[in-house]
Amino acid sequence: MEMEKKIKAGDVRAASRLIRNIEDNVPEAKATIKHIFHYTGNAQVVGITGSPGAGKSTIVDGLIEASRKRDKTVGVLAVDPTSPFTGGATLGDRIRMQRHAEDPGVFIRSLATRGSLGGLSKAVGDAIHVMDAMGKDIILVETVGTGQQEVEIINHAHTVLVVLVPGMGDEIQALKAGIMEIADIFVVNKADREGAGKLQRELMIMLDMSPIPPEGWRPPILTIGNSFKPEEFERDIEKLSNNIYQHYDHLVSSNLIGDRLRRRTMHELNEALRSSILEPVLNILVSTGELDRMVEKLLKKETDPCSLSEEVARKYLQGCI
Amino acid sequence: MTERKIRIMVAKPGLDGHDRGARVLARCFRDAGFEVIYTGCHQTPAQIAASAMQEDVDVVGLSCLSGAHRYLFPQVVQLLREKGADDITVIGGGIIPEQDFQKLYDAGIKAIFTPGSTLDSIVDWVKKNIKPVE
Repeated sequence: MEMEKKIKAGDVRAASRLIRNIEDNVPEAKATIKHIFHYTGNAQVVGITGSPGAGKSTIVDGLIEASRKRDKTVGVLAVDPTSPFTGGATLGDRIRMQRHAEDPGVFIRSLATRGSLGGLSKAVGDAIHVMDAMGKDIILVETVGTGQQEVEIINHAHTVLVVLVPGMGDEIQALKAGIMEIADIFVVNKADREGAGKLQRELMIMLDMSPIPPEGWRPPILTIGNSFKPEEFERDIEKLSNNIYQHYDHLVSSNLIGDRLRRRTMHELNEALRSSILEPVLNILVSTGELDRMVEKLLKKETDPCSLSEEVARKYLQGCI
Repeated sequence: MTERKIRIMVAKPGLDGHDRGARVLARCFRDAGFEVIYTGCHQTPAQIAASAMQEDVDVVGLSCLSGAHRYLFPQVVQLLREKGADDITVIGGGIIPEQDFQKLYDAGIKAIFTPGSTLDSIVDWVKKNIKPVE
């Protein structure tokens, strides 16, 4: 297959088009993904998440530099939100990374969420496979600016960075479930600002309350100072980069990497099942107008959503229900 | 298959920091339902061409208010051609004297928008002339 060869040869244009075809659900793209799946599994995938404006893109830019110094090739997937009103999107993450635009060892691709709620795009899993098959050593996945709940990155990354900044709330935030639980590494960014020390202490207290198994990994809390002071910034990023590699080594040496891979694989299978079981049924319901008729019935309170979906399941999933 | 979306890159080549216009356009393309990749200011033509290929855009919109458009715009077209990406349409805008239009068209710039162009006219041009990939 032509496309498959190009991807394996690292052809950027072909790869970007394939990612686009995945985003647009082009049937041939699925076929290509089936083939390249067998050439994946070599890249280290690092997720970078945190609230809007926390400094994720700037940190990604620094990590690209640090990885290039180690002679590693880099793929970046940068996700920004799609408008729920117009379907349009402004993808502005790569602004911070443009010094690497011409480096053939770096491939940066922006993705819009297109309605996905977990902080990523639905296409991100396959886009990671594409970059992996291209032979990228490390893939940095930047999520949208997240709130408390967008944790889907854990289904894709070996290492998750949660980027926090001072002044976003009191210690109660550190007690909450969700994003504060998923970090393998905490990054306190803009650490030259007031409140950075307090934030660090709160994170430490939070981690002290978390049970860590004997051979477990306690998420380090790293600070990154002002990015306009290049020397300090670079030093902080270097330290972060070291921790990322250490975390990966830890996953490998403690056999925890199997758990991560299992979680990722389970997620992928779930998604694939959804798209091959649920989507065809939905397509039929939409194209026959049945879905609209069901909505009408519900509006008139003639029936309820549960009964309707059971009816659909009986009709289309014979033998299961 | 879902409907193809137009992917458009808005870029500012050269030493020109006046990006209000570029930002307004990025926003208005977004409102038109396009996926807009904004590169920021101070880009070299090589950076712009490489980014356009990495992002698989259908069209690149260049903005230049410094007077260097005759040098910078054709370079972007040329680099895309050299890399076999001449299917990416390049359009431009900014402070561009009318006597330069033909030279830019000859260099492969497909449309030029100057002060006074309405946002609607720019969006309409893109919708009419750019077909997202088959």
